[in-house]
Amino acid sequence: MASLVGSRVERKEDKRFLTGKGRYTSDINLANQTYAIFVRSPHARAKIKKLDISKAQKSSGVVSILTGSEIAEDKIGGLIAGWAIRSEDGTEMKCPANPPLAKDIVNFVGDPVAVVIAESLEEAKVAAEKVSVDYKVLKAVTSTADAMDGDTIHEGIDKNLCFDWLLGDRQKVKEAFEKADKVISIDIINNRLIPNAMEPRACLADYNSASEEITLYTTSQNPHLSRLIMSAFGNVSPEHKLRVVAPDVGGGFGSKINVYNEDIVCSWAAKKINRAIKWVAERSESFLTDIHGRDHVTHAELAVTNDGKFLGFKNETIANLGAYARVFGTVTPTYLFGPCATGVYEIPAAYSNVKAVFTNTAPVDAYRGAGRPEATYTIERLVEKASMELGIDKTELRMKNFPTAFPFKQTLVHTVDSGDYVAGMEKAKQMADYNGYEARRKDSESRGKLRGIGVSSYFEACGIAPSAAVMSLGCGVGLWESAEVRFNPTGQVTVYTGSHSHGQSHQTTFAQIAADELGVPIENIDIVHGDTDKGTFGMGTYGSRSLTVGGIAIVNACKKIVEKGKRVTAKMLEASPEDVEFKDGEFIVAKSNKKKTIGEIAFACYLPGVRDEMKSPLPEGEEPGLKETAFFDPSNFSFPAGTHIAEVEIDPETGEVKLEKYTACDDFGRIINPMIVEGQVHGGLAQGIGQALYENAEYDETGQLMTGSYMDYTMPRADNFPEFNIGYTCTHATTNPLGVKGCGEAGAIAAPPTVMNAVIDALGGQEITMPATAEKVWKACKNLKKSNSKAA
Amino acid sequence: MKLSGSYQINLDKEKVWDALNDPEILKQSIPGCDEFIKNSDTNFSAKATNKIGPFNASFSGDIELQNLKPPHSYKITGSGNSPVGFAQGEADVKLEDSNGGTKLIYSVDAQVGGKIAQVGSRLIDMTAKKMADIFFGKFSELISRETPGVEKNESKPAEKNKKTQSEKKHIYVIAGIIAVSAAIVWFFLN
Repeated sequence: MASLVGSRVERKEDKRFLTGKGRYTSDINLANQTYAIFVRSPHARAKIKKLDISKAQKSSGVVSILTGSEIAEDKIGGLIAGWAIRSEDGTEMKCPANPPLAKDIVNFVGDPVAVVIAESLEEAKVAAEKVSVDYKVLKAVTSTADAMDGDTIHEGIDKNLCFDWLLGDRQKVKEAFEKADKVISIDIINNRLIPNAMEPRACLADYNSASEEITLYTTSQNPHLSRLIMSAFGNVSPEHKLRVVAPDVGGGFGSKINVYNEDIVCSWAAKKINRAIKWVAERSESFLTDIHGRDHVTHAELAVTNDGKFLGFKNETIANLGAYARVFGTVTPTYLFGPCATGVYEIPAAYSNVKAVFTNTAPVDAYRGAGRPEATYTIERLVEKASMELGIDKTELRMKNFPTAFPFKQTLVHTVDSGDYVAGMEKAKQMADYNGYEARRKDSESRGKLRGIGVSSYFEACGIAPSAAVMSLGCGVGLWESAEVRFNPTGQVTVYTGSHSHGQSHQTTFAQIAADELGVPIENIDIVHGDTDKGTFGMGTYGSRSLTVGGIAIVNACKKIVEKGKRVTAKMLEASPEDVEFKDGEFIVAKSNKKKTIGEIAFACYLPGVRDEMKSPLPEGEEPGLKETAFFDPSNFSFPAGTHIAEVEIDPETGEVKLEKYTACDDFGRIINPMIVEGQVHGGLAQGIGQALYENAEYDETGQLMTGSYMDYTMPRADNFPEFNIGYTCTHATTNPLGVKGCGEAGAIAAPPTVMNAVIDALGGQEITMPATAEKVWKACKNLKKSNSKAA
Repeated sequence: MKLSGSYQINLDKEKVWDALNDPEILKQSIPGCDEFIKNSDTNFSAKATNKIGPFNASFSGDIELQNLKPPHSYKITGSGNSPVGFAQGEADVKLEDSNGGTKLIYSVDAQVGGKIAQVGSRLIDMTAKKMADIFFGKFSELISRETPGVEKNESKPAEKNKKTQSEKKHIYVIAGIIAVSAAIVWFFLN
């Protein structure tokens, strides 16, 4: 039987999705359900003086209106930060309470203050408009850079500072900088983004008064984690009386990791009114209340020698957390950012210092890449600038500082187990025809256009993560993953995974793995996920961990199945288990022609007896049935890496940037399904290029979101992209049996600096901030003309 | 949002001042005005309903007049609330003799928030243009009717041919805020 791992198996989920048979949360309706509309603050920062629901209560169809007072009376807990970060001075981070419904004070536009539950959606909307809230408006803090100088937003949190974190050695860095021939410095802004999953958030909470069980259907990337948080911190229900189901979910990109206000409120309220409650976000609510991403202000410096060796690196960043710290809000700008900011380079001394600030804006949390795009942008913009200032070719300068041997002990934290960065760079250059660039530039020039080329090399730490390591760094949970492999008596297999698919194609990739491990045809394997009643536990999907952690748990559970199969085969065929080999779905006794198929073994395990004979096929002490569970806790992160090269052409008359060529050469370790990996790379690139050229979330100085619809928030479109030129190098991860590294975030990590380096190259080295809109580029083109005419 | 601009009305200052303080004229001039109550000489409350982009916004608001120097100038502060957002701000209004008529000069500092700001900010200009046309048309019509000897349409935008497009646009933007908030409407015109 040919191996399925490595082949372009068509997606098993596509038939469902492409024929309208997907079942998303908003597709689910329950008899007698009610509808919820949330009343949200129109102010970025205000005290609630009075909340009057009397008029709204009389409105037609209203079932119940609940406010922050009721939620406080019922002692329902708030939303939490999942990682405790310690400041450089040893103090613990400071986080405000984040009640699911604000009671006394609101802290961003969209902060919910009440929920109106009615018989129909229209009636809920009408009644919600009748809820009258009297606010005392306070001065909002909205600027990342100036947040520490603003009014104190949360009582007891001075300078709006959550933590002031340091990773690295300031003294060593100081010494390294003293030895430098040159110091390259850069000030950059990593623009704020709104994730914009295609499916808006939604939930449907149901309560069964007889079993006292709450069932919550929700758009989550990690249903078990949501249940844990809602039970342990939300006090919504004991864990065994709360079932969380995340059915088909239309994209998350990190925005659906968090338990949100609406999940908690609807679950709690469903029990209170003893009716099912449905809530579906409108797109404008998604803009306001989904977590946002990025939003860093960074000053970074690189100490170099004249011949281009990197000696030291410093990174001073202010990270905007928004109004509250959420699940991955505090780790994203620290451990997911700081260590990766030294990039793929051997730098003897480095530090990353991050001040995380609260502002009156939507909470900022993990968004595709989470910390690593910000890190890569920092170092790769800096290295590009170094190449310009030192006059050394951008690819040569990078290669000069690549590690030469693996494992590579990176300056801050990570030991990268495998990789070959030089091979990745060489292949990328070849794919992109790097050496032919000058001819293309001249051609552009002859047509009155400016052409630029940008390179960036990245590595990222994903496959999160070793539990002991992350918990030592403040994580509130371990980040292992579980799997359960279950044979039916007639030989088909159900695999339960604790990771969740919301676009990642688990049904296909995981089935390929199980098919290879068990020798069962892929059509006989079902992948089940997304329901806390169906599997043991799971930590969910984020940080490119599904395959590297969840996939390995499946492999390990399959191996346990095979071990049991060997014992049963040995008993049935009167051999010793050590002599039984397993291959392509068959247990074969060595040096004989005696064998059993895995289907026969499954049958024997579930029906362990023989007509007319008092005899069991199972060895003594062996339990009937064929089902195994495995929990896999990785021993290290995994480290995808690669080099991307972009070419842009700019029309100096309009400032329009056209992305002409994009080459991505990535090392994801072993690839299970090249077609699915291409899809992941394409999606990541689209979002990364979107950040560089189009997307930007902007608040005005009073905290109103100015980019709250698709008229003002520019999403990239298919016609903005060239055909992506995608290739791979492959070094296997040494820390898992499949040798896989993860591919979900790479595009979003590498693309922003690659594209911006190309734009800035075309603009003669002039710094501009992301996104490189036509207006900014046009102004830079004018400057360029001025300085060129002066030089002439 | 900070805006300023001017408007030429071919009536003398006292008459314009009186009209700007006449609740009935204002009520009839303000698009969608349902209610306009003079609580005192310096305090008004009002309600207006207007369509702004996707919203049918019903605003209610309070207006306070300060630093009154009739018939030369005053400051107006006000705020309006609606289920789709809020508007608040202050405006300095001056009347000057000009070309035998009166030049109304305003400068406004206003904020809008909530859904209006999120979804509607881009629509305010367009709505504002429409509202401004309706308001100025109606206002001049009413003053003309109530002032014998003044012909309809005699009042028109100041120095129509000399002003640049962008200056004209300011008037519309101002009136746009009016549309967003009934409260602010009166600022420019009071």
